[in-house]
Amino acid sequence: MSVLLQQLANGVVQGALIALIALGYTMVYGIIQLINFAHGEVFMVASYGGLATFTLLPDDLKKSPAVALPLMFVGGIVVAVVVAVIMERFAYRPLRNAPRLAPLITALGVSVFLQEAVRVFYPNAKSNLPYPKVFPEGNLTIGSVNISWTGIMLVVLSVGLAVILQTYINRSRMGRAMRATAQDPDTAKLMGVNPDRVIVLTFIIGAVLAGVAGIMFGGYLNNINIDMGFQNGIFAFTAAVLGGVGSIRGAVIGAFIIGLIKTVAGQYMPGGTQYDYVWIFVVLILVLVFRPQGLFGEPERVRA
Amino acid sequence: MSTPVLEARDVSMVFGGLKALKGVTLTLEEGKIVGLIGPNGAGKTTFFNCLTGLYTPTTGQVLLKGNVLPGDPAKVTDAGVARTFQNIRLFPSMTVLENVMVGRHVRMKQGPLASLFHGPAYQRGEKAARERSRELLAFVGLNGVEDELSRNLPYGDQRRLEIARALATDPAVLLLDEPTAGMNPQETEATQQLIFRIRETGVSVVVIEHDIKFIFGLCDSVSVLVQGELLVEGSPEVVRADPRVVEAYLGKPPEEVQHDVEAAAAAEEEQA
Repeated sequence: MSVLLQQLANGVVQGALIALIALGYTMVYGIIQLINFAHGEVFMVASYGGLATFTLLPDDLKKSPAVALPLMFVGGIVVAVVVAVIMERFAYRPLRNAPRLAPLITALGVSVFLQEAVRVFYPNAKSNLPYPKVFPEGNLTIGSVNISWTGIMLVVLSVGLAVILQTYINRSRMGRAMRATAQDPDTAKLMGVNPDRVIVLTFIIGAVLAGVAGIMFGGYLNNINIDMGFQNGIFAFTAAVLGGVGSIRGAVIGAFIIGLIKTVAGQYMPGGTQYDYVWIFVVLILVLVFRPQGLFGEPERVRA
Repeated sequence: MSTPVLEARDVSMVFGGLKALKGVTLTLEEGKIVGLIGPNGAGKTTFFNCLTGLYTPTTGQVLLKGNVLPGDPAKVTDAGVARTFQNIRLFPSMTVLENVMVGRHVRMKQGPLASLFHGPAYQRGEKAARERSRELLAFVGLNGVEDELSRNLPYGDQRRLEIARALATDPAVLLLDEPTAGMNPQETEATQQLIFRIRETGVSVVVIEHDIKFIFGLCDSVSVLVQGELLVEGSPEVVRADPRVVEAYLGKPPEEVQHDVEAAAAAEEEQA
């Protein structure tokens, strides 16, 4: 029983991490129907950006987590946003009206490019790099369940940012513009909405969330390596599809489902953690068979 | 004579080999309602698309109050031209009120960050937009449905909602593409009254419609478009009496009709 509770707690923390990344997938898809496969790499780049920021800090600041950690967030998020904006401007915008396959292939290319770009600065990035110890230490213990304070911080950030995002999209001028563009880009233009601004804003929001995730990943697992973007990107993409691509709530709930399946199945199913992927995709396939639009997605509409 | 509020000068539009518009000129004086009629495939909607920047005319230009309109729909809206669509194009998964508020987008100032930190200026802006949107919903006669999803409204109400959304952009010129299509006589009558009331607020209107009776009862002047060309323009009385209009609508020898039908079908296909 205590093992199950512990794994459920771990699953919630992992779900929180996946949710932050999944939001970027689902928002970009909602607006321009692009599965941005490079989004996982934005998360990875942010993590390295945070690490680089820490390395550049003077020694006395490195010893002060209260200063170093916020600066790492700023550094990681700035790197993620810059990468995302350049990616949108030069890789995706020229292909806006191209057949759907073209930007998809481009996304894969951007993904490889970003991995190799990081290796220019970190030649050993294939192996684990230790992450700075500037995160809250120790555990919260409830009964037999231990959750690290960093894990709790991750859950709080993830849920908090998701709520802010949902409010932003539902209740602000730019949020309405985003939804309008997602539903009918031509008509949105005729309401004076500039689609380029809406799209770039979407990429920026996704990058900020991925940036937070990138830093917290390093803090939670203590190590980073260059494969983190691909692995977690796949989980996040799956979460977005599970929840219904384009839906904010769906992405978050999908992410927590994936996190829980991953830890619980890794514990109890044959094959252990090495097979956790398998169970995640089994669930994905089942959901797609019975509810192709995902848990919270809207059925594909036919436009008149 | 004062500068017309909207002026299309010699507008032509070519798609591949098809000349959808051949040098169409149209003048809209301030506070007037101009009707645009013509058989299917005559190029009426294409002309609207040229007026709103969705298409860039192959030749010719469009002027609003004497200034050339930019070739970008968002900027055209900002300049003061709004429209509705022949096939209703609301944002289906947004509420009625939200649809109108999207129309306010261009008149609101909050950037991406202002809306994140709900400051007083942001709150004021949102409140003003909401109030104006409610006024417009009341103006077009949509009461008590503001929280419904727009796709759940009855057909006639969707058309009125599109008009409210277009008015939310504070236009100088409103372009209505078949505003009474699919409406019963009572709804058509109500729409006519609504368009008169819109004119009273100082907005000039161009209307595309197939319902000749509706157009002649509504418009100060009527232009007839046939196969991309302006056939006749003038007051309803003049247009009604013109033998070419009678021919275009009431018929001519069968072989010519057959030819027209084929041309119209080809044009429709090209547009679609």
